[in-house]
Amino acid sequence: MATVTFDKATRIYPGGDKPAVDALDLHVEDGEFLVLVGPSGCGKSTSLRMLAGLEDVNGGRILIGDRDVTTVPPKDRDIAMVFQNYALYPHMTVADNMGFALKIAGTPKDEIKRRVQEAAKILDLEAYLSRKPKALSGGQRQRVAMGRAIVRQPQVFLMDEPLSNLDAKLRVQTRTQIASLQRRLAVTTVYVTHDQVEAMTMGDRVAVLKDGLLQQVDTPRRMYDHPNNVFVAGFIGSPAMNLLTLDTTEGGVKFGDTVHPVERAALAATGNKLTLGVRPEDLELSNQGLPVVVDVVEELGADAYIYGTLRGEGGTGGGDLQVIARVDGRRPPEKGSTVHFTPKVGHVHLFDDKSGLRIGA
Amino acid sequence: MRPVRASAISSAGQRTERVDDDPVSTPTTTSLQITAARPYPELIDLPWEVPLEEWPEHHLAALPRGISRHIVRFVRLGSRVLAVKETNAPIAFREYRMLRTLNKLDVPSVQPVAVITGRVDVHGEPLNAVLVTRHLQYSLPYRALYSQTLRPDTARRAVDALAVLLVKLHLTGFYWGDVSLSNTLFRRDAGAFAAYLVDAETGELHDELTPGQRNYDLDLARTNIAGELMDVVASEALEADFDEVIAIADRIVSRYGALWGELTEAESFEKGDRWRVDARIRRLNDLGFDVGELNITTDIDGTTVRIEPKVVDAGHHSRRLLRLTGQDAEENQARRLLNDLDAYRAATGRQSDDEEMVAHDWVAAVFEPVQRHVPRELRGKMEAAELFHEVLEHRWYLSEQAGRDVGIEEAATSYVARVLPGKPDERAVLGVDTSAIRVIADR
Repeated sequence: MATVTFDKATRIYPGGDKPAVDALDLHVEDGEFLVLVGPSGCGKSTSLRMLAGLEDVNGGRILIGDRDVTTVPPKDRDIAMVFQNYALYPHMTVADNMGFALKIAGTPKDEIKRRVQEAAKILDLEAYLSRKPKALSGGQRQRVAMGRAIVRQPQVFLMDEPLSNLDAKLRVQTRTQIASLQRRLAVTTVYVTHDQVEAMTMGDRVAVLKDGLLQQVDTPRRMYDHPNNVFVAGFIGSPAMNLLTLDTTEGGVKFGDTVHPVERAALAATGNKLTLGVRPEDLELSNQGLPVVVDVVEELGADAYIYGTLRGEGGTGGGDLQVIARVDGRRPPEKGSTVHFTPKVGHVHLFDDKSGLRIGA
Repeated sequence: MRPVRASAISSAGQRTERVDDDPVSTPTTTSLQITAARPYPELIDLPWEVPLEEWPEHHLAALPRGISRHIVRFVRLGSRVLAVKETNAPIAFREYRMLRTLNKLDVPSVQPVAVITGRVDVHGEPLNAVLVTRHLQYSLPYRALYSQTLRPDTARRAVDALAVLLVKLHLTGFYWGDVSLSNTLFRRDAGAFAAYLVDAETGELHDELTPGQRNYDLDLARTNIAGELMDVVASEALEADFDEVIAIADRIVSRYGALWGELTEAESFEKGDRWRVDARIRRLNDLGFDVGELNITTDIDGTTVRIEPKVVDAGHHSRRLLRLTGQDAEENQARRLLNDLDAYRAATGRQSDDEEMVAHDWVAAVFEPVQRHVPRELRGKMEAAELFHEVLEHRWYLSEQAGRDVGIEEAATSYVARVLPGKPDERAVLGVDTSAIRVIADR
């Protein structure tokens, strides 16, 4: 097992003018499950493939443990791409299906047997080792496929959108299986997804990328509670955080007809506008505050989400803006009505309206 | 690249025409959407409201022959056979576009026909999207290359064909990500095979591949081929020991390496040895490639010349045959036909005549008469070019037996009477990717 280090690793595609991955600095701890997440084109898959040896590294280094693997061929990196090839062979037993790659690599028979046994134990497949795949359930087959990667005992598992070809229900089920298996095996894992829910539910830590640049790397909780910039604030969380550009005033920002207090030092560091972020669950119905016209009420039982429009007079400087708020599901406001919201104290995120960077703690 | 969108043909009931700009929209509505390069009106008549696994037999061209990663069925639609694969919408669209691009780049691959989304069953529950491709005529899945047992030699030829395909793909910048015999179809090619890519699901197109990408594909190919052959051994359809299996799998690495080197490596020689430029081009031609661009540089004092092929195109012999005769053939078949054409030219003393004129006469006097010997009911056995190759082979045996030159007409008569009836009908051999088992949890 090993750590993984991206040391200012850069990938520029031939003919490209700007890096697909730009001086990535990232350290993955031994046994950690790190998820790379971001929108399409952010560089997450490229980063993973640099680690796998599939993409050239044009600047910086990549280390697995203390070993610099920047120019090492993929098969000599001691990594396993999980799920890349998950076909099972119908005439071979489950044990042979799991161990065949070791056999090809010339691993001694006893060693193969031992590793297959070990993997089968972890995967709860011991009783099925002499059966053919056809006799297994779908879930068991999937575990055999995972077993194939496990028996190789790589230093690092790499997974590139492994759930993308499953339907929604299976995705959730498999997500849980992979996460719990990884914890049991404690093999360092780098996992790529575009789905922030997948990232937040699976990773020990999550790294958010955009335009080839690392935006933030943190635990899911910290990422949710303390986004470093407007992009991360908007990307992490579903429904997304409300991000409102508001006018500053003496002692705070105008929040409808109220003033949300902001520390003097923070105010001094910004201009006459700033971006205020507040999650849907952190808005409270009030007699004053931000006026919102309710467009849609999505009732979920205990809770309801309001999708509303903030009018220009709310302080956004004109134009309509959507606001999402979570309210009590038993007494949601009616569609078409105008309601007022104030943010819960201590649950507001402030960002510089130009740089997008977080202001204050 | 976005596909040309042909709107669905609306029919009665809940199926409605809808052209959506968002190709990855999930099927939450009751409208069926067909995205196709060309309209296939018959597609609308298929039972899209039924999960593919439960399609009634009368729609199927053949029963599924195995278990596959995805659910795949073959459907006869008019005179065509189509392969229908159930998968999710983004993956179906992605593969559809990828196959279209590969087709445009002249990469040997199956032809995409359509993506169908917005499927719902009779209870209104959404069903998976499907990708429809056209079945490649006269192609064989590797498990159909043997009826009872697979000879190691046949396996080797299949691996050789796969090596050529992989080189072609890599030259165009295509990283496959899942190279295997199962993801390939084989067409007979004058005693050898020509390989076609079937599954582009994991593929990516780059401007140029890195050595890491090529090595990874190659390493995966070796592992997959060994696994597939070990499975054939386990089914007792191949008599080979483990070392033989590994030797066949290793062949992908050596054949690929040799071909890639010949096609791309730079070569230096003394200025006086300029014949080596021509020799290199000839070697590439013999391998079936044309040189589109060759870098030639000399060092500062002009004593050493360095050449490096920059652009090479596969299909040297196929293109020449097509230009001369209008016949479409695989590379080795084309080479064989061209050899016969050259022999005809020499035998008729027409070396100084225009090549196109001689070719025209050869088609009329030699090639077509051979084809006319085949009765209609035997025409599904093999393609015209392959038949011609077989007749030439047969003539060689007959001539050897008789101790004299047997004419082509006599050879064709004998072949059609004695050999052809025993050959399998290969126009539409259907086989699902049989070595792969679907690794998706049952619902």
